[in-house]
Amino acid sequence: MSRIDRRFAKLKAAGRTGLIPFVTAGDPAPAHMVALMHALVDAGADLIELGVPFSDPMADGPVIQHASERAIAQGVGLKEVLDWVGEFRGRDADTPIVLMGYLNPVEIHGYARFAQEAVAAGVDGVLLVDCPLEESAVLQPLRVAGLQQILLAAPTTAPSRMAQLCGSAEGFLYYVSFAGITGAAHLSTGDIAARVADIRTRAKAPVAVGFGIRDAASAKAIAGFADAVVIGSALVERLSGATDAAEITARAQGFLQPIRAALDAH
Amino acid sequence: MPTIQDYHRWPDEHGRFGNYGGSYVAETLMAPLAELGEAYERLRQDAGFLAELDRDLQHYVGRPSPVYHAERLSQHVGGARILLKREDLNHTGAHKINNTVGQALVARHMGKRRIIAETGAGQHGVASATVAARLGMQCVVYMGAVDIERQKINVYRMKLLGAEVVPVTSGSKTLKDALNEAMRDWVTNVADTFYIIGTVAGPHPYPKMVRDFNAIVGREARAQVLAQYGRLPDVLTACVGGGSNAIGLFHAFLNDADVRIVGAEAAGEGIATGHHAASLAAGRPGVLHGNRTYVLCDDNGQITETHSISAGLDYPGVGPEHAFLKDAGRAEYVGVTDDEAMEAFHLLARTEGILAALESSHAVAQAMKLARELPKDGIVLCNLSGRGDKDVHTIAAREGVEV
Repeated sequence: MSRIDRRFAKLKAAGRTGLIPFVTAGDPAPAHMVALMHALVDAGADLIELGVPFSDPMADGPVIQHASERAIAQGVGLKEVLDWVGEFRGRDADTPIVLMGYLNPVEIHGYARFAQEAVAAGVDGVLLVDCPLEESAVLQPLRVAGLQQILLAAPTTAPSRMAQLCGSAEGFLYYVSFAGITGAAHLSTGDIAARVADIRTRAKAPVAVGFGIRDAASAKAIAGFADAVVIGSALVERLSGATDAAEITARAQGFLQPIRAALDAH
Repeated sequence: MPTIQDYHRWPDEHGRFGNYGGSYVAETLMAPLAELGEAYERLRQDAGFLAELDRDLQHYVGRPSPVYHAERLSQHVGGARILLKREDLNHTGAHKINNTVGQALVARHMGKRRIIAETGAGQHGVASATVAARLGMQCVVYMGAVDIERQKINVYRMKLLGAEVVPVTSGSKTLKDALNEAMRDWVTNVADTFYIIGTVAGPHPYPKMVRDFNAIVGREARAQVLAQYGRLPDVLTACVGGGSNAIGLFHAFLNDADVRIVGAEAAGEGIATGHHAASLAAGRPGVLHGNRTYVLCDDNGQITETHSISAGLDYPGVGPEHAFLKDAGRAEYVGVTDDEAMEAFHLLARTEGILAALESSHAVAQAMKLARELPKDGIVLCNLSGRGDKDVHTIAAREGVEV
């Protein structure tokens, strides 16, 4: 059983909804990245999504785009991201880590080399936004090495394809709550609830919902029907501009704790 | 790789040209791309659609465009005959309209009322705004802030045609960023919006569809050269940014094994300086904008900023079919510098009375090099993909002239 599977099993046993914060690796401050990751866990994160910066993040809105640009400007690449995961693992052997990003950095790094280094560092899964199931043959070395491929499902996904995604899902299935980019603000929980309920009955893996969840209220609205919620842009925005470890930690915890409380009160 | 007899059988049903192409997009776009692919496959075999397209190309675009023997330019060079395929004479002044007329008809058949497009030099934006105006559709064009500055005339033309031009200020503020932003718009508005991609890049079916709509350039030129000279050209050349005018010219000749094919990429200040946009000549295979192709990126996989005097060639990727043709050895891709393009621009203006687009001037410069290597009865066929009116301010500024 993988670290991700263990974590979701534990959540299910406890009757809790998982909390998955997304942060862009290297933002707001490369020097305090590992401290930020621990702060997220201390504030109640069940799994961390770590964004690998990419110059051309087609599926992301301005907040994550700018965070990527800032990280790249500071020289953050896959090597740094993997180093941080390795360092994080020194103190935390349980919290699963999923790297989220785009294919080109992995392609250029080399799939086999990436797979080996990521597993050695303690990465559990990858979510490569621009690598749909149809193109995922290139990820074979990652699967062989034991990295789980997190798949996306969307409101536009056709029923036949949804069945295929549900059958192929591993770790968790990430349901994109609306057709759009990360950080956009329209969320209609009624539509999502029906969709996610249906997917949960069919998917081989738990279902996390992301895109458009900004705070305790929107997280709580989703909590009723999802196995986990993902929060990205709003958190990245809150962290942006913080420079020292204390402030980064305080902001992360100030943002995440009310959401954790809302999920647990559900 | 075994010798390929039929280059026209690519892409396969997944949009792959050998190792290149494909659909590297987020899940949300898989359904709209499939819908587009099905609609396009149906329409491209529909006699009514094809007749409609032919009518528009003839009466609205002004096809066929002539093949013109540039005699004084050829004499000046002192080698083979240089023939120019005059895509600059099309309505709106470039080959881009071949594609936008076609895609706009597809959009109408699919019931979409809103057109979006990305543009670099502005030619594709103008061509998109043009067809949107004609079909009474709303049009939004994404354009990098840097390109807006260097292509003011085209920005104003788009506005006159009723389009909204949205400046893109992320990344390098050029064509690649405009493409990212247009994709973001599409993913948000997929229900009513048709995205007209202007080059043979992007996810499947775009590289195939855009190629098909531009392939009329080569079909016409092949028949015209055969009729006028009784034989095929020795060599073809065209400029390559994303590669739509080039694949348009090349495609009809791909199975003519004796016809040499040379693409001219923007070498900017020289490939050795790093300030260029020569993805095929100096890049490596990677994934960008929905397809696997040659890209310019660093060792972290970050796409690098490119440089070219011509906004239309200032792109760090290239259409996947060109990547395939390069690896197959069917086409060669070489760099032409800003200075060489400028020299060709002036020479063509003075010897033939034609102001070529800066993009096309790269092809003219390459045609001159190729003509020098051939005897006088040789034939170099060069795609003059666009006219240079839009570049007059850029050229004046570069040469310190106040207009």
